[in-house]
Amino acid sequence: MAQKVLDVKDLSIDFDTLNGTVKAIRDVSFHLDKGETLALVGESGSGKSITVRTIMRLLADNETITNGTIDFEGKDILKESKKEMDKIRGGKIAMISQDPMTSLDPTMNIGNQVAEPLRVHEGMSKHKALEQAAEVLEEVGIPNARERMRDYPHQFSGGQRQRIVIAMAIIDNPDVLIADEPTTALDVTVQAQIIKLLKDLKDKIGTSIIFITHDLGVVANIADRVAVMYAGKIVEYGTVDDIFYNPQHPYTWGLLDSMPTLSMNSDRLNTIPGTPPNLINPPKGDAFYARNKYALKIDHEKQPPFFKVSDTHYAATWLLDKRAPKVTPPESIQKRQAEFKKRGEADHD
Amino acid sequence: MTKYIIRRIFYLILTLFIVASVTFFLMKFLPGTPYSNQAKLQPSQIAIMNQKYGLNKPLWDQYLIYMGNLLHGNLGTSFQFNNQPVTQLIAHDIGPSMQIGTQAMIVGSVLGILLGAVAAIKKNTWVDSGATFISILGISIPSFVLAVLLQYYFGYKLQWFPVALWQNFSSSILPTLALAAFPLANVARFMRTEMVDVLDSDYIELAKAKGDSERKTITHHALRNSLIPVITIVGPMAVSIMTGSLVVENIFSIPGIGNQFVQSILTNDYPTIMGLTIFYSFLLVVIILVVDILYGIIDPRIRLGNGGKE
Repeated sequence: MAQKVLDVKDLSIDFDTLNGTVKAIRDVSFHLDKGETLALVGESGSGKSITVRTIMRLLADNETITNGTIDFEGKDILKESKKEMDKIRGGKIAMISQDPMTSLDPTMNIGNQVAEPLRVHEGMSKHKALEQAAEVLEEVGIPNARERMRDYPHQFSGGQRQRIVIAMAIIDNPDVLIADEPTTALDVTVQAQIIKLLKDLKDKIGTSIIFITHDLGVVANIADRVAVMYAGKIVEYGTVDDIFYNPQHPYTWGLLDSMPTLSMNSDRLNTIPGTPPNLINPPKGDAFYARNKYALKIDHEKQPPFFKVSDTHYAATWLLDKRAPKVTPPESIQKRQAEFKKRGEADHD
Repeated sequence: MTKYIIRRIFYLILTLFIVASVTFFLMKFLPGTPYSNQAKLQPSQIAIMNQKYGLNKPLWDQYLIYMGNLLHGNLGTSFQFNNQPVTQLIAHDIGPSMQIGTQAMIVGSVLGILLGAVAAIKKNTWVDSGATFISILGISIPSFVLAVLLQYYFGYKLQWFPVALWQNFSSSILPTLALAAFPLANVARFMRTEMVDVLDSDYIELAKAKGDSERKTITHHALRNSLIPVITIVGPMAVSIMTGSLVVENIFSIPGIGNQFVQSILTNDYPTIMGLTIFYSFLLVVIILVVDILYGIIDPRIRLGNGGKE
C-alpha cells in the first residue's frame, strides 16, 4: 500500500456568524498518498476550501476546529506551534489559490515574490534565491523570465499570473501541493495549459496534490482519486474510475448527470434541483435528503455510514444497505456503470 | 516620467494663473479701502495715494499690470507693513509656519500610520477600540482647544516646554503637537480601514501560505499596500494644517505667516492678500504634485508612461 503523506481524521469545523454557528465541516476524513493527486469535488459552500485551509492552518478568526486530527510526517498539524507552522507552510505544504488576479502582491516585483519562500525557508541569499526564481519561472513557462523578474503582477496576463503563483508554490519542492480551484478564474484554453503544467510538474518534483474543483472535466484530467463533498461532509470517495463509471451516491449521480456531453441531444442542461441545507442547523439524517429523488425514509432520520463498494471505493448512502430497495439510477449513469462493468470483465480476461 | 512631470508643471502654472486672476477680481469686491482713517483724509490726498499705488487706473489695467509684475516674480509692495515688498514679507515670516507645519505633518502621518496599523492588526480588541477613541478625539477636538490644554499642562504645570513665544526648537514642540492631532487622527482612521481590507486579501493569505511570519507579512506586503490610499488624504490635510496653523500661531504667539494673512485681509492690503494667496496655492499644487509622484513610487500600477514601465 502506498505511503500516506497526509491523513485527515474526523475533522469538524464551526464558524460563528451573526445568524449562529455554522457547522461547516462535519467529520471529514480522507488521506493523501505519496505522489497522488486527490480531487476534492463539490458545489460552492460544501466546505472544500475550508478543509484545505485547515491543513495550512489559515483559518479566519471566527473559525474553530471542534474535532479531528491532521497527521503529517507523524505529527498532528493542528497541534503545531505557530513557528512550526510557518516552517511547514510554503516549505513542505504549499498552496495555489483560486484567483491569480488578486493572489499576487501588486506592489512587489515578481522576482522577489517568487524567491520569497527560499529566503524564508532555506535562508538563501537574495542573489541566489532570485537566480533560482528565474529558473523556476522559466520552468513554468513565463517567456523571457529573466528579463521580467523586475516586472509587477499587473504587467502579466491572468494565465501568466497563475503560472507565477505556481512557481511560487513549487520553488521549495513541497511534499504536498494544495491547489484551490486553480483554473476556475481562467478561460478554457488557459485552463488546459495550467492543468498540463501541474501534471508535468507533479511528475518532475514528485509532489502530492490536493486539487479542489467543481469542474468534473478537470477532475477526469488530473486526479487519481476523488472525494465528493456535500454540505460539509464527504459523501463518496474512490478512484477516478470508481467515481466516474461506478458512482453510488445520488449526489454524485446528480453531479455527473449535470455535466454536459457532446452526445447530448437535448439543449437543456440537467441540474440538481434545490439548494444545499443551512448548516446552522444541519439535518439529522443525510444532508442531501431534501434534494434527492431516490431518498429513503431512513435518510431523513439517520446519517448513512460509509458502505464499502470496493477496496478503493466507499459511499455514504443508505441505498447501499442490504435492506434498501433497488433503485434505477439516471440513464446516463447506467451507461457509465455498464461501461465500468465491461472494463472490469475485460480486466479479468 | 519626465514628460509626465513637465506636463504636470505646465498645468501647475495654469492653475496658479487662474487662482491669481480669480483672487484679483474677488478681492476688489471686498468692502472698504486700504486707508484705515479714510474719514480724516482729504479727497485730494486719497487721489494722490490712489495715483501712487495705481488704484486710479481701470480695473482691467490694474489686472494687466499686476500679472505683468507677477511674471517677473514681483508681488508688489505691501500697503500696510512699511511698504515692504511682499516677497520679502513672506520670506521673513514663512520660516516658523513652515517649520511647525512640516513637523506636524511628519509627526501626524507617522504616528497615524502606526496607530492605524496596530489597530488593524489587533482588530476588535481593546487596542483597536483605544485607537478609535484617540482618532475620534483627534478629529473632534479643535486645535485651539488642544493648544490651550497643552499650554496649561506641559507649559504651565509641568514646565517641560515654553508656554509660548518663538525662541528655539523646544518652543516648536507644543504647537507641533497641537497641529498634529488632526492629521494623526485622520491618517489613523484611514490606515486602519485600508489595512483591515488588505489583511483580508488573497495575496496576504498567499504570503502566509508561503511561510511568511505574521510580522513579515505585515512589513513586506501589508504596509505598503495599505499606504496607497492613505497618501491621497495627505495632500488635502497639508492644506488644512496650513490654514489651521493661523489659530495655533496666534495662541503660541508665533511670528508666522498666518497672522499676516488675517491682517492683510482686515486692512485691504491688496498686494499682500494676492501674494499670500498665490503663495498658498503654489504650496498646495506643489504638494499635490509631490503626492502624485509618491503615488507612482509606492504603487507600480500607477507609474506612468510606457504602460507602467519606465
